Order: sequence, then C-alpha cells, then structure tokens
Amino acid sequence: MTEFNKNPDREWIKQRLIGASVCVLFVFASLFFRLIYLQIIKGEEYRLLSEKNAVRLKSIKPSRGLVFDRNKRLMVDNRPSFNLKIVREDAGDVKKTVKKVAELIQVPFQELMDSIARAGKGTFYKSVTLKSDISREQLAIVEAHKFDLPGIHIDIEPTRHYIYKKTASHILGYIGQINRKELKSGKYPNVRSGDLIGRYGIEKSFEKYLQGKRGGRQIEVDANGRTIKILRTIDPVAGLDLNLTLDLDLQKTAQKLLENKDGAVVAIDPDNGDVLVMASSPNFDQNDFIGGISSKKWKVLITDPGKPMINKAIQAEYPPASTYKIITSFAALEEKHIDINTTTYCPGFFKYGNRVYRCWNKRGHGELSIIDALAQSCDVFYYQAGVTTGVDALAQYARGSGLGKKTGIMLGNEKKGLIPTSAWKKKRYNESWQGGETLSVAIGQSYDLVTPLQMAVLMAAVGNGGTLYRPRIVKTIEDSHGKIVKKIEPQITGGLPASKETLHIVRTALLKVVQGKRGTARGIRLKNVEIAGKTGTAQVFSIKKDEKIKTEDLKYSLRDHAWFVSYAPAENPVIAIAVIIEHGEHGSTTAAPIAGALIEQYTQDFSTEEILTE
Amino acid sequence: MFDRRLIENFDWGFIVLILLIGSMGLVILYSALAAGQDAGVVHILFKKQMIWMGAGFTIMMITLLIDFRDLDKLNLFIYAFCVGLLISVILFGQIGGGSRRWLLLGFVRIQPSELMKIALIISLSSVYSTSASQAGLNFRKLIKPVILCAIPFVLIVKQPDLGTGLLLLLIAGSITLFVKVERKVFFTLSGICFAAVPLVWFVLKDYQKLRILTFLNPDRDPLGAGYHIIQSKIAIGSGMLTGKGFLKGTQSALSFLPEQHTDFIASVLAEEWGLVGCSILLILYFFLLLWGVNIAYNCRNMFGSILAFGVTIMIFWQVFINIGMVMGLMPVVGVPLPLVSYGGSSVVTNMVGFGILLNISMRKFSSG
Repeated sequence: MTEFNKNPDREWIKQRLIGASVCVLFVFASLFFRLIYLQIIKGEEYRLLSEKNAVRLKSIKPSRGLVFDRNKRLMVDNRPSFNLKIVREDAGDVKKTVKKVAELIQVPFQELMDSIARAGKGTFYKSVTLKSDISREQLAIVEAHKFDLPGIHIDIEPTRHYIYKKTASHILGYIGQINRKELKSGKYPNVRSGDLIGRYGIEKSFEKYLQGKRGGRQIEVDANGRTIKILRTIDPVAGLDLNLTLDLDLQKTAQKLLENKDGAVVAIDPDNGDVLVMASSPNFDQNDFIGGISSKKWKVLITDPGKPMINKAIQAEYPPASTYKIITSFAALEEKHIDINTTTYCPGFFKYGNRVYRCWNKRGHGELSIIDALAQSCDVFYYQAGVTTGVDALAQYARGSGLGKKTGIMLGNEKKGLIPTSAWKKKRYNESWQGGETLSVAIGQSYDLVTPLQMAVLMAAVGNGGTLYRPRIVKTIEDSHGKIVKKIEPQITGGLPASKETLHIVRTALLKVVQGKRGTARGIRLKNVEIAGKTGTAQVFSIKKDEKIKTEDLKYSLRDHAWFVSYAPAENPVIAIAVIIEHGEHGSTTAAPIAGALIEQYTQDFSTEEILTE
Repeated sequence: MFDRRLIENFDWGFIVLILLIGSMGLVILYSALAAGQDAGVVHILFKKQMIWMGAGFTIMMITLLIDFRDLDKLNLFIYAFCVGLLISVILFGQIGGGSRRWLLLGFVRIQPSELMKIALIISLSSVYSTSASQAGLNFRKLIKPVILCAIPFVLIVKQPDLGTGLLLLLIAGSITLFVKVERKVFFTLSGICFAAVPLVWFVLKDYQKLRILTFLNPDRDPLGAGYHIIQSKIAIGSGMLTGKGFLKGTQSALSFLPEQHTDFIASVLAEEWGLVGCSILLILYFFLLLWGVNIAYNCRNMFGSILAFGVTIMIFWQVFINIGMVMGLMPVVGVPLPLVSYGGSSVVTNMVGFGILLNISMRKFSSG
C-alpha cells in the first residue's frame, strides 16, 4: 500500500503479528475442543451428576489431641458422640421430617429448627447438625425409624471427654463452638463454622497443637442422600498430644483439701519450674461445656460469689501480707541497712509521725534480729526495715523477684499483680507517696498485690538457691505415634536479687517458721521432712485501732485471707507451694496444713520413686 | 488538534465488540449474582458493576483524547507513578483475604497492581520501539526491560499476590518474545526459566504449592481446589449444547461453585447457555483479539504497534487463564474474565486498555 509496506523494518513486525494471530487461533481452538469434550462428549454424564447434585463433600473431623499428666496418665481423651444430622435436599418436606424426629427423640421442634437456621444459606446440600451427642436411647429410636426419616442420618464423631470430673478444670479448660467473629478473624484457618475450639486453659492456649487437621470425603449419593460411591478420601490428621507437668494424684489431693473453701494452691518443682499442682476453688465441671453449656448452668457459674470461672492461681490478685517480708528482707539486707546482727526492739507498736502502727503481737516481741523477726513475723522489725529502705528500693527488689509482672505461664489471662512505687502513685492518683504507706507496703499490705503463682515461683527460687523459672505447664507435645514434636524446655527468667548470705539468712528464718520453737507454722511439722515456709494474713478490711471485734462476729466476706508459702525439704527442696485461702483468717491454721499435707504426700511419693529407680 | 480525520477513523467496529461482550457479561453476572446472594445484595452488586462499566467507558473515552504518542514521552512518569502506588499499598494498603492489595482513594478502592499492567506495557513498548530490530534483542538490550519488570513484580509478590505478579511476567515475556530476541538469548532465557522452577518452588506459600499440585493431580486436594474444579466441570458439562436456560443453572444456584461472580463466572455461562453461549463468547473474544492485532498491524508507528500488541496480549492471557482454569486446563488462580467478572479495578484497567487500542486505531495514519 504505502511507504509502510516498503519499509523492511516494519515488514518483519507484521510477520510476527501474523504468527501471533495463529498462536491465538490455536489456543482458542483448544479451548473450544475442551468445551466440546465437556459439554457434548461428557455432557450427558455431567448433566446427570448435576441433576442429582450427586457429588457432595463430607468432612471428617480430626480427633483432638489427648492430654496426659507428668506420669503419662490420661486426663483428657475423646469419646464417640452420636450426632443427629439432616441434609435438607434429601429430606423432602423438611418441616415434616424435623417434626417427626423431634417427637421421636422428645426434644422441642423449635430447638431443631433453630439449629437449621443457624447453619445459614448455602448449606442446603450439606449435612447440618440438628442435635449433637444424643443418647443411646434416642439413637436406637432414630435408627429404628430410619426409613420414615428421609435426609436424616447419624454421624459418629469424636467428642471431648474430661476423665476426672472437676479435676484441674482451670488448667485443662474446655472447648466450645467457634463464633462468627472468631471465624472472620482469620486466626483459625482450618476451622469452620460449627467446629469446636479451645475456650479456656490449655485447650485454648495449645489450640493449634490439639486441633489436628480436618479430612474429608467426596461422595456420590443417590436420590435419598445415601452414599453410593466414595470418590476420594483424605484422612484427618489427629491433633497432637500434650504431656503436662501436673501430678494428677497431688492435684486431686489439693482439690480435696480445698473443698468447700475459696482459694488456690500452686505447687512447683523448684529445679525446673514445672507446675505440679494448680488448683482453684470453687471449680467447675468441664463436661458441662460439651455440646454447649445450658444457659441455666452458665448462670449459676457466673453468679456464684466464689467465682468458679476464675483461675485464682493466676487471675486473682491478693495482698501478699507477711509473705512479703521475704522481699523486705532482701531489700534491707542487700541495701546494707541491716545485717544479720542488727536488732530492733518490738514493744508491740511502732510510732511513725504522729501515728501508731501495731505489731500483730500486741504484747511485743522484745529485742530481735532478722532471723527471729522473720520467723515470728514481727511487724515492728519490718516497719523499721521498710522505712529505712524506702518504697522504691522495695519495689525494685520485689520486681527482681518476679512480682508485679507476669510469670509467663502458657495459660491465658494471667494477671501481673501490683508493686507500688512513688512514681506509680503520682501517676495513678496524682498524690505524692506518704512515708506511712511504706510501713504497710513493707509488710505486704495496702497497694501490694500478687498472684499465688508468683509466690510459688518466688518460693521455688528461694529454695533452689536463687533461680527464677518461667512456670511450665506442658513438658512435651507428641504425635499419636509417641514421637515428640515439640519440647518445651525449662526456661530461666532471672535470678533473685539476693546474695548467697542474704538467701542463707532468709532460708534459715523460713526454716524456723516451721521447725522453730516460736515459728508461726510450727503446727505442720512432719516427721521425716523439714519444711521451710512463711505464713501471712492479708487484710480484707482494716479494723480500726483499739476497736475489738471478735472474728467470729465478722461477716465471712470481711474476714482476712490466709497465706502459706513454703518449700520442702528445706535443704534440697523438691517442691515449692503457695496456698491462699480466702477469708481463711490465719495462715497457720487454714493454709499451712494444706501445704503440709501436700508436702507429706509428694515427698513420700518422691522417696519411693527414688528407691525404685535406684 | 482534534481534526476530522480522527472522527472519520474512529473504530466503530471495535466499540461494538466491546459493547457486545460487556452486555453479555452483565447478563451472565446477573445470573451468577442472583444464584448466590440475597436479592438486596444482588441489586447492590449489580448496580455497582454497572457504575464501574459506565465509569470505565468514560475513562476509555478520555483516553482517546490523549495522542498515544504522548504516552511514549510520558512512559517513565506513568511507570514511576504506578510503582509509587504499589509502594503505598505495601505501606498503607487495605488488607483483604490475607494480603494487602487495595488503596483507598476517597470512597473508591483501587488495586494498583491492575494499573501497573498498563504502565509496564507502555514502558516496555517505549523501550522496544527503539531497541527492537529484525536481528532480535541481545542481552545488553534486555537489561532495561528486565529491571522494568522486576521492580513491580517484587512489589506485587510482596502483597502477596503471586497470580497478578506472574500475569505481569507473562505479559512482559510475550511482548519481549514478540519483538524478537536473538536465538542464543532465547535458549539461555528458556534455560534459566527451567532452572528457576525449583527455586520458585521454595518461595511459594504452602497453599500456592497445593494449588499447582492440585492442578497437576486433582486427587491431591479433593476438599478444596480439586472439589471446586470438579463442581465447575459438572456445571460446564451439564450445560450441554444449549444450556439449562437463563437463571436456571442448578450448580451455580446451589453455591456449589466458589467465587461464581468473579473467577468462576464462565462456569455459570456454560451451565446456562451451553456450548452455543460459550462459543459466542469465545468468538467475540477471538474477534476482539484479532481486532487488536489488526490495529497493531496497521499502525505506522513502531511504539504504537508494540503497544497495541501488548494490550491485546494482556486481554488474551486473562481470557485464556480464566477459561482454562474453570475447565480444568489451568491451575486455580484468581484471574478475572475481562468485561464479565465482577470487580471495578479489572473493568477500569481493561477499559483503559481498549481506550489505548482505539486511540492507536484512530491515529494509525500518523507516523513518527
């Protein structure tokens, strides 16, 4: 045509364009042939499949990982549960069928219709759970009327089973149906609506290990929804098993001792931070949560004044009371305000400014040095030590000992307690720190707050020579063949801010608390084992000076909390325990005996174990 | 500037083709939406798509006003602008479906990776219009194009949106091969590609590996992608010769198909309109592509020719990958079907592309 054609530089491009068009033609031809293959050659077959909607997907739930105690005793497993299901497409008249089945198994018709409504749109061809975990009687009735109930079928699926009722419920936790918000959050990529996920305790914090992987089946069904042919199957992968650090026997004993009391017990292995016992009272039965807890039961649980849904070992904060004198001792000794020989005279009260602060022993302890002061829990000695040390130095030692911050245990919602400083008060209340407040803080009252777990970790560290461990609840995670997939090693988080000498002084005093003539917990002495410990009485309500009220007259909710923290054997401890009994009044009478009983049981078990291994 | 010759040369045929495909697309989209959504939602989504189509058409017309040769001069500016958008996506993009792909401009959400396709095509055309010759490109001449591709590719894959990233490479690769490379360059590059396959494998996310494996062997993932492909094939096959009729599809109505208004929309067409409907759409696309090639053929300007080819090949790959995927010939990747799938960014990008083609077609007699 024009100059363009004559230009050889353009001519080759035209050649390429023609080539490209041929390629496009080939590609389109192949797409077209593929269409002919699918729509004409195989068309009849596919039309049939589509009319019956015959190819369905059926998911196979994985079985959740098992949970064992430290001695490989099974604590949580799975049992088969029979779930009543419906595929609406196959049911014909859905309402009629559901009505019939509701009458047969004697459940409200509306309850079943609600389950269908909850499944939502797009599930017409999928199997929807009408009622999970039906009884064997209900199962028998449904099976007997199978042919009158089109579209209804029963699936056997694994369900959680907590073997020991009300045992370690706060640690094991429970599971529940995932909700829409969680599904949308993207945190649970393998979970679908209707699936169960961990809601509390290790069920929640170790969800990703316990969960397993869903399998499924492509099936071809007939007009009644019955499987004719299994096209493909992918087996589910079972969740991983957890080996806990808990000692089941000791846990049971602790819970028994806590029965009818409000409070918590934590026991730790001082050599590695293993949590041997973690009990919180009152507690709950996790089996109630399977298949959804009834609103009546839930209401009872959340309105109970004893707060059974709270794991008091990590979620309740209490004033440490006299157990805090350990910290004040560290601070005063390390800051060299006192030494082992410094004495203070206790007349039963302490004058500060124009106020008088009382010692719990109104007659006074007389002249004493730190070891006796700690063993007899003399308040006056610690008022003096606290005032000279100052609130900020005290706080520094408290934090160094692991108080006022989370221990890092792998359970949800751990509280961190509170260790006040003058800066904290300024920020919180916009008031400057009063010297008198230091007196209260030095003996663990007023603002100080700790969790029982923090105290157990502290005692473990005092007992083992100063090493603070992150408390460990799960030792190993293994697959169903027993192969260890993940090992959670003991983790050192720091060392106590106390020299060897300081620790020696404190340990000597703590031993005297139980073994000494005038020790506050001498009542729990054991024959074979020397126990070191410290009692504490946390004020809930301060009685005005010189006002005399007999405790029996005080309302239960106003009575003091009782603490006992300890480790044993004193020389080379194998267990450290913190016990708190809410409104238990005196550490020595309510809390200490629990620790004593646990130590007795555990050291006996321990020595028999040693004999066996030798 | 806007002389009468431009009006006279206006490519009415091409516009008709676009309108035909667009209206067919809307019909299919309506059916796909009606099948899977509540009536209210259908209404909203359908209206939204109509608005996008209208907006796209307007943008296409605006594209006509600029002489395509100005794009040659502005190419680096356009390129830099789009790269800038991609960077801002990574910095403050909106997250959706696990990746950051969108930018919120006022109340409009755009996907800069879509616009990047056009920008890259313009830049490559500009570079090749001076460097390409009958002898083919040598290694030295390929340095600049490789850099031009690498920057957006890395940014898009980082979002992560591997599908769009690979589509970008496919388009760039096709243009490069089209303008011819030296024989030894061709073989070396092919060698590198083969060698890179195992390397890329390590970069892929698990779900992406699964998709490729599923494509190679659908038995691998019968519950996910494999199931979708099976249902898609049932939908297509059950359409047979004439289809089940408008709004009569059963596979689509029962939510057996995933993403039926976006990625799997072709299955809805096949089910309801059968081989006849599919063939019509395929033929329309084929004409559209030939038309594009013809525009490249008739353009006297080297830049214009390559640009027209580039836009055409962009449409080609989208059509081929999408239709291939729903028929089980390609892995499951999220590539929309031009003018049919639901989605604003895709509509606008393709309309800009058509605008460029029309533009070149109108000014085919201007050389230089």
